[in-house]
Amino acid sequence: MLAYIVRRLLQSIIVMVAVGFIAFSLFNFVGDPINNMVGQEATEAERERARQALGLDDPFPIQFARFAWNALHGDFGISFRLSIPVEEAIGDRLPATLELVFVAAVLALAVGVPLGVYTGLHRDGAVSRILLTASLVGISLPTFLIGIILILIFSVWLGWLPSFGRGATVNLWGWQSNLVSWEGFKSIILPSVTLCLFQLTLLMRLVRAEMLEVLRTDYVKFARARGLTNRAVNFSHALKNTLVPVITITGLQIGSLIAFAIITETVFQWPGMGLLFLQAIQFVDIPVMAAYLCLVAFIFVVINLIVDLLYYVIDPRLRLEGTGHAH
Amino acid sequence: MNKKILSVFLTVVACAVGVTAQAETFRYSTSGDILGLDPYTNNEGPTNTMKSNLYEGLIHRSYDLSLHPALATDWEQVDELTWRFNLRKGVKFHNGNDFTADDVLVSFDRIREPASNMTFVVASIDKINKIDDHTIEIVTKFPDPTLLLNLPNFWIMDKEWLDANDAYAIQEGATVSTFANLNVNGTGPFMLEEWVPDTRTVLVPNPNWWGEPKHNLTKAIFQPIGNNATRVAALLSGEIDLMYPVPLQDIPRLESTPGVTALQGPELRTIFLGFDQHRDELMDMPGSGKNPFKDARVRKAFYQAIDIDAIKRVVMRGASTPTGLMIAPGINGFQEDMNTRFPHDPAAARKLLADAGYADGFPVTFDCPNDRYVNDEAICLAVVPMLERIGIKVKLNAQTKSLHFEKIGRKQDWNTSFYMLGWTPGSYDAHNPLQQLMTLDGEGQGTWNSGRYTNPRVEELTDMIAGETDVDKRNSMIREAFQIHKEEVGHIPLHQQALAWGIGDRVKEVKQRPQNDVDLRYVIMK
Repeated sequence: MLAYIVRRLLQSIIVMVAVGFIAFSLFNFVGDPINNMVGQEATEAERERARQALGLDDPFPIQFARFAWNALHGDFGISFRLSIPVEEAIGDRLPATLELVFVAAVLALAVGVPLGVYTGLHRDGAVSRILLTASLVGISLPTFLIGIILILIFSVWLGWLPSFGRGATVNLWGWQSNLVSWEGFKSIILPSVTLCLFQLTLLMRLVRAEMLEVLRTDYVKFARARGLTNRAVNFSHALKNTLVPVITITGLQIGSLIAFAIITETVFQWPGMGLLFLQAIQFVDIPVMAAYLCLVAFIFVVINLIVDLLYYVIDPRLRLEGTGHAH
Repeated sequence: MNKKILSVFLTVVACAVGVTAQAETFRYSTSGDILGLDPYTNNEGPTNTMKSNLYEGLIHRSYDLSLHPALATDWEQVDELTWRFNLRKGVKFHNGNDFTADDVLVSFDRIREPASNMTFVVASIDKINKIDDHTIEIVTKFPDPTLLLNLPNFWIMDKEWLDANDAYAIQEGATVSTFANLNVNGTGPFMLEEWVPDTRTVLVPNPNWWGEPKHNLTKAIFQPIGNNATRVAALLSGEIDLMYPVPLQDIPRLESTPGVTALQGPELRTIFLGFDQHRDELMDMPGSGKNPFKDARVRKAFYQAIDIDAIKRVVMRGASTPTGLMIAPGINGFQEDMNTRFPHDPAAARKLLADAGYADGFPVTFDCPNDRYVNDEAICLAVVPMLERIGIKVKLNAQTKSLHFEKIGRKQDWNTSFYMLGWTPGSYDAHNPLQQLMTLDGEGQGTWNSGRYTNPRVEELTDMIAGETDVDKRNSMIREAFQIHKEEVGHIPLHQQALAWGIGDRVKEVKQRPQNDVDLRYVIMK
């Protein structure tokens, strides 16, 4: 088991190097950051100086080797746009994104799974039909549009919730949090609802489909024949057996929540990593782009690892196989 | 798409629910954050504005572009090269240190460091001599008629503070993070309370400022909001008091919404088109051995093919001032009577092309930014069919500013045949565009003359204008240079775009500066 984890983490290094390499080869196509940095009046000599100081004149393999070498030492360079170390810039933004993704994931699970079970059990009910139709909206409307509509309703018309920013955060040992005060929490509601909607509807439809599948199986029929309560049949036997695909999808979706957060964060000016990355692209802030892409690759690897480990917890057959191999 | 839909929604219900903020706290927003706080790096408009709230120069440029004493109380010209400035007494930096001549001297040394981006401001100054603690003499390298125009952006730093924090060195590019870029110690009317990048910059009034404040603010909070629709929504919901730019399509709606107003005015930036007049063969016509743009008739044909009024009406929704000159009203050297355009005349344009031997037109790639100027890509999209009407086969290459400026810039050897660019003279003087856009010859000239337009007489005049102190003589030289440039159609000036600010009803008075920025000195809340 431990060997398995270590092997997966080592593989993640290869993934990150590959991502870094591909990212770096793409940076040749994003433009020249110098014009954004020095202003229009700078002379060519000044531009050239800045270019040299940043190492932008060096050929691509040298630039990449320097980046990889420094990154191995935990040094991702200085952001071209913010003039602060990239680790610091990302460190400042990480809590904002993680809290946003956390709230969105909790919302998606807490609402999506029960709705999926309900629509699975009452598949011809009027409520189920309404929910399924409504879920089409969530799955087909683009994130930025949902965000703008929510801002319009809850900020402009009703004036209940802030339209942008993190608002009043509380500092918990260096972690700026929106989750511990009502004032702060108000700011996270609209962005997290926007971000979770796609995942919520996806989960609901997935759980529903799996439930319909499982409810047809023999062991569920047998459980009913044994005279077990509906509750026991539906939740202990049926739902539990739908969870493997649900966990896989949830895990992968947390990765894409972080990726989709770019759009949500832009609409709500949420100062997380996604916004940082988008601004980095606009400014050609190469150190931030490189570090962000590597970090996201790492997050995906870790999430996949956690998902694999969770299978062991949920599916007893895998545990048996595992011990079988050990012998 | 999102903007349009928001517009539709907001038009249906024009109702703003105000969130009451603390009295005299002014919240404002624009699309991007400041790039740093070191007064000698990142020469960028909004960043410079923020610094000018915190730091001061010897001279202050007011909202109407007029010059006023700031850290210098008065000045006189001693001889052709020497100016004597009396410094204001009793001025303190934010940390309580006294302001003296030594601070000016060390600032002058620091702004000329190789890594500084603001060297151009003091480029004509040879040296600064200290006469006593409150008197200095500025000696220029040549008689400089624009010395005073440049001084407002020469912000003065505190010598003791630089020493104490080991902050003299300027960051080279962005290879290190420096103290002076993250902290502020100026003499300006506002002090920095907090800068959280991409989130907020909080300023409070400097209680020990030497002047009589015109504003009534107790706090100013700058919060960048990148998304246009969100920024409009934040104004409508009363979370911010002022924001810019207002997307052109949202202006009528803001005007019809109670509690907010749209304030429009002209900007100093001139948008223009340029052509490659240097290469012997047009890049789009390989093997032909010809470059049509070397012929002034072809350039004039392009000029007359463009219907600037249609662009103003349709693309800019009325929010532009068509121009015949490369500088805007308000720039020193602007010639009102010369501000006329060649008439829009496609028939004449076709004839010019035929005379030049291109009756069947020719292909050309049109380089255009799509995120730099107001509706930049839309303007280019409108120009394409206008040129196609006279037989030119235009291939539009619209891309993000970082790629556009790299392509048409020196780094790629001005890799363009036909391009769009906008320019605000950093010195507020006509010599600046002559030097940067309309000449090639000499050190530091023609950095953004991407089409390499050059004329010996214009080159000569530009050099003379730099050192001519007689106002009338200088103006007649500027007129002559502009006249030649216009007759030869060195560039096609298009327009000055209009500024558009959205203002909430808690603001009583605000001055809209043509540089498109907010000087907090002049903000008055209800």
